[in-house]
Amino acid sequence: MAVCVAIIGKDNSPKYISCLNPELELQFHYKVHTSLDVVEEKLTSVGKTTADVRELYLGLLYSTEEHKIFGYVTNTKIKFIIVVESSNTLLRDNEVRTMFRKLHGLYTDVVCNPFYIPGDVITSKNFDTTVRNMMTGNA
Amino acid sequence: MADEALFEYLHSELVAYAFKDCEKDKQASDLSTLEYIGFSSGYRIIERLTKEWPRFKDELDTMKFICTDFWSSINKKQIDNLRTNHQGVYVLQDNAFRFLTRLSTGRQYLELAPRYVAFTCGLIRGALSNLGINSMVTAEVQSMPACKFHIQVQRT
Repeated sequence: MAVCVAIIGKDNSPKYISCLNPELELQFHYKVHTSLDVVEEKLTSVGKTTADVRELYLGLLYSTEEHKIFGYVTNTKIKFIIVVESSNTLLRDNEVRTMFRKLHGLYTDVVCNPFYIPGDVITSKNFDTTVRNMMTGNA
Repeated sequence: MADEALFEYLHSELVAYAFKDCEKDKQASDLSTLEYIGFSSGYRIIERLTKEWPRFKDELDTMKFICTDFWSSINKKQIDNLRTNHQGVYVLQDNAFRFLTRLSTGRQYLELAPRYVAFTCGLIRGALSNLGINSMVTAEVQSMPACKFHIQVQRT
């Protein structure tokens, strides 16, 4: 389903990036980080117009010819980014939303692990396998 | 009901553990260990509690969340009174604070009260810190079981 999943911390440092094709990882690092500006923009514009829905899911951040990039920010300012191939028309907004919700659940489980120090890179194998299954659509 | 008792017993053991060495060596009591345990718990708990929550509008909105949902999920009741000077100082008053209700209703054991509120101070500080508010949290007990938490938001 998705080709890349990334978790970015409070201070915009990457905590976890995983993609289906390891050769393209660098390219995805760039893509994810350029999308952070859009996230920032969306967050500040929400502050001005209070009538706006204050949902955690930010929707489509931007799309290029090959990829569509979706964003989600938690109350604790952790950013989740999912990159989807543009050719993949099967994946609708709702599915992306459920993916984010699942990802958020997984992330809170990692944070609640007493051996994980908040702010560190996520190294949990269990987390990694679940996210990978989610990307391929097996979960 | 049983799970509440578990937490209360664990907390009192935690306090006993933190002060074991102090009493042996006759040192001045040190609340920072308890406060730190509270901080890291609060930091982690908030991640889970705010999962289904819409984004907070501002600082006051966050404080309201602490007084209502956060407090009731930990202490099974809400804060009784929230006051602020709108310049970063908040006073949260709980008229029947969970860890003090079993101790006394008056001024007996008042000198031991700080030990039983330190964990909760840390809990609030940790929760706020993960929500992006750096603060200093202190507690004031004048007559048990009422307790006031002073939150001073640090702005840089």
